[in-house]
Amino acid sequence: MIGVIDTGTLAWIAVALPAASTVAIMLARRYRDVREGITMATSATTFVIVALLTLPVLLGDRPTVTLAIPIHGLPIKLTLEPLGMLFALVASLLWIVTSIYSIGYMRANNEEKQTRYYAFFAIAIASALGVAFAGNMFTLFIFYEALTISTYPLVTHHGTDEARRAGRTYLGLLLGTSIAFQLLAIVWTWVAADTLDFVPGGILEGHVGGAALIVLLLLYVYGIGKAALMPLHRWLPAAMVAPTPVSALLHAVAVVKAGVFTVLKVIIYIFGIDLLAQTSGSQILVWLAGTTIIVASLVALGQDNLKRRLAYSTVSQLSYVVLGAAILAPISVAGAAIHIAAHALGKITLFFVAGAIHTSAHKTLVSELDGIGRRMPWTMAAFTIGTLSMIGLPPTFGFISKWFMLEGALATEQFVPVAVIVLSTLLNAAYFLPIVYRAFFKAPPQGSPSHGEAPLPMTMALLATAGGTVLFFFAPGIPGILSFMAAGSIP
Amino acid sequence: MSAVMDNLPALQVAVPLIGAPICALLIRGYFSWIFATIVSWLTFAISIALMAEVLRSGELTYYMGGWSAPWGIEYHIDALSALLLVLVSGMGAIIMPAARLAIGVEVTPRARRLFFTVALLALTGMLGIVATGDAFNLYVFLEISSLASYALVAMGNTRRATTAAFNYLVLGTIGATFILIGIGLIYSVTGTLNMADLAAKLREVGPTATVEAAFAFIIVGAAVKFALFPTHFWMPNAYTYAPSLVSAFFGATATKVGAYILIRFIFTVFGAHFAFDEMHLSWVLIPVAIAGAFTASLVACWQDDLKRMLAFSSVAQIGYIGLGIGLNNQDGLVAAIVHVFNHGLMKGALFLVMACVILRLGRADMTTFQGLGRRLPVTMAVFVVAGLSMIGVPLTVGFISKWYLVAGALEQGLWPVAALVLISSLISGVYIWRVVEVAYFRPPLDDVKVERPPALLLVPTMMLGLLCVVFGITTDFTVNVALLATRTLGLAP
Repeated sequence: MIGVIDTGTLAWIAVALPAASTVAIMLARRYRDVREGITMATSATTFVIVALLTLPVLLGDRPTVTLAIPIHGLPIKLTLEPLGMLFALVASLLWIVTSIYSIGYMRANNEEKQTRYYAFFAIAIASALGVAFAGNMFTLFIFYEALTISTYPLVTHHGTDEARRAGRTYLGLLLGTSIAFQLLAIVWTWVAADTLDFVPGGILEGHVGGAALIVLLLLYVYGIGKAALMPLHRWLPAAMVAPTPVSALLHAVAVVKAGVFTVLKVIIYIFGIDLLAQTSGSQILVWLAGTTIIVASLVALGQDNLKRRLAYSTVSQLSYVVLGAAILAPISVAGAAIHIAAHALGKITLFFVAGAIHTSAHKTLVSELDGIGRRMPWTMAAFTIGTLSMIGLPPTFGFISKWFMLEGALATEQFVPVAVIVLSTLLNAAYFLPIVYRAFFKAPPQGSPSHGEAPLPMTMALLATAGGTVLFFFAPGIPGILSFMAAGSIP
Repeated sequence: MSAVMDNLPALQVAVPLIGAPICALLIRGYFSWIFATIVSWLTFAISIALMAEVLRSGELTYYMGGWSAPWGIEYHIDALSALLLVLVSGMGAIIMPAARLAIGVEVTPRARRLFFTVALLALTGMLGIVATGDAFNLYVFLEISSLASYALVAMGNTRRATTAAFNYLVLGTIGATFILIGIGLIYSVTGTLNMADLAAKLREVGPTATVEAAFAFIIVGAAVKFALFPTHFWMPNAYTYAPSLVSAFFGATATKVGAYILIRFIFTVFGAHFAFDEMHLSWVLIPVAIAGAFTASLVACWQDDLKRMLAFSSVAQIGYIGLGIGLNNQDGLVAAIVHVFNHGLMKGALFLVMACVILRLGRADMTTFQGLGRRLPVTMAVFVVAGLSMIGVPLTVGFISKWYLVAGALEQGLWPVAALVLISSLISGVYIWRVVEVAYFRPPLDDVKVERPPALLLVPTMMLGLLCVVFGITTDFTVNVALLATRTLGLAP
């Protein structure tokens, strides 16, 4: 389409470019301005490419490209479709913002091994884009595993004993579940259906049925450990030992969204909504997701460490996406897809704020935040917006996704999801609003050292994402259209 | 030129066989190294030419001295043998250039002079086993390679190498004798030793007690050579105390040749119908293979000596190959054959890493690996790549083998087996990651500066590490040859 390069090739370039940029980043390791310049240029270019690719997808085109065929009859291929496009847009756009933020954060905190950090960050983004564009479950699995492994050095960045232990939990749970459950499910699907392509309406109809179908579904949802369904969520709080930009982009956006994105792909394109509706599989999924939402919120209530509270909030919010898909109404599936974008914008803002507080005030606990809103008004204003989006209140993006999910549940008269959403809204308010109250209405402790906002790149980044959260409430635009296309409401 | 081309199957074995005594005659170690390197690369080139020929025309037959089968000795090269020839001679070619450096550290001074002679003999024996189409000739080459192997293990510079070699000799001889007894029994009922002829005559004879006994002897004998659990007891010590390069060469080839003998006798000589429907081989092979994969992986998790850890890991990986054979379907056998090749690459890479570490630090135990991620970054990177491949992470060769293995198990409806394969592969993650954590998170024990390993050793190591990824992405060669092999072995139309 775009002149000389066809769309499929361009999709490969979008995945390959961040991966290739690591070479340049390594070469420029002695010149930090050049190195960060490369990161910025790559992230900007990648976003432009992804944005260009969105156009044909919106017009109904589904470009495909094959790279290699490692298993007889099973290619590594990319296919662009609405849901993947949405995820890719979110990940690549937020990579730009996070790169700006990273520069401020890594320099202000004098972090070590910054070259390794930027290099693996780029590989992680490439893997996330690979997950987004994967044309079949086989390709998706490959990039899914690449994402796990490339983020391991980022999680263990500090090299301390704590980091090593967290890394062990991280790798053990993510790699373990994906190999023991997910791979088994994928090979099973392959042997049964003789294809792993993502086909609207699913590929399992007539091949797997009855109890076996439910076993397969459970193998998938628990095999996709990145979706952090309880009790396989422990890697996510563990990953919080990483530098904050990693927690922000990877453990609030790329990695966890890759998880729920994969769940959505499996439900929509492997099982098919109609096939699942005939079994009790979706009911089981509703209960599993519902339990995770409530229990994770309760755990979040008791966390004093700000990043850990955010992590448990993420565990809870991720299950919204699973819940929205499990309701199986097209509008709730669209809501689930929108929630991928909505939660991403909101949660990255909250993590940016946590990192900003850590950088300028050197505080990590919620109980230390009394009166911090007076010293860092912009930062805490952004935090408030992120909070509103988490709770699902207007005027934020989080309201939109929750609305559609509720609408789908009510339309199909499923009251368990409705109850879960209502209850969790209250719980969200209960563990987020006290932080806002502390920050703005409590007096700062006596004799605390005075400080202002965090370095400018960081504050700019968090204001940008907070602004986006509000902007997309008024104009859901592209994310909304893509989500409804994925759910099958718009052809 | 065409005279050379016509005689390639014979040259494949003859070149290293003639090279060995010449090597012994060369007085200076330096010259015998140069000569052995040239011979090994020549042998590799021949195997590539043979592979090209097999891919073009299917199968090659060659009659020694022009005596046609079943009277003369026939060399028969099909896809399976060609793949093994490439693996064995390729490993020889990759490792031989590095050998001179490593034997200076790891081989007792008295033995150094004859190292290359014995190494070429071992190479000859393995290539002969794979190339020949004659059962007794196979036994002869088996003895050549075995005797050379015992000698190579005994060359290790610790005194325990001697006892390890002795154990290896005793068990290896039992295995070889079992194979000989089996061959003798089938000769007594068929009157022939040519494999193709044997296959035809055995179908006429049918499943008599003699044939069944012969089958049992040969399977057990081959299992010992293959180090299939629980007949693996010679292997951990032999690989631990042998010089690392010898471990690398054997780890990549010797047990693989054992797998070849097993596959050849089961599918070509006795036939899958006899082996699986009459003798119910699956009922033995599958449980034993799974038990081996679990036991050996768990034992590997507790080893302090990393060469020993890798040896136990080999026992586990051999379990996967045995399982693939035992599944008796196309995907299973593809998994077995591909894994013979793939495991050769990754285990070769890992043992070469050990050779690098021993060359620079003198030992390869957990404490020497502390801080190695900084001290030997490239070497450790190869360890991580080959280790990920051992776990079976996508885009590495280990993933390809595992995929076919799990698919093969599921096609047979053996879903618990499929699950067990995946779970046992996670245990390999434990012992690999134990080393990775020590290398990247623990500070080194001392401040001595560690130099980069010499290029002659580092380049082969990197090459094998790279191949672990290359053949994990483009499998046109490995999987296609394996598919071709399953067709010639009669498991697919």
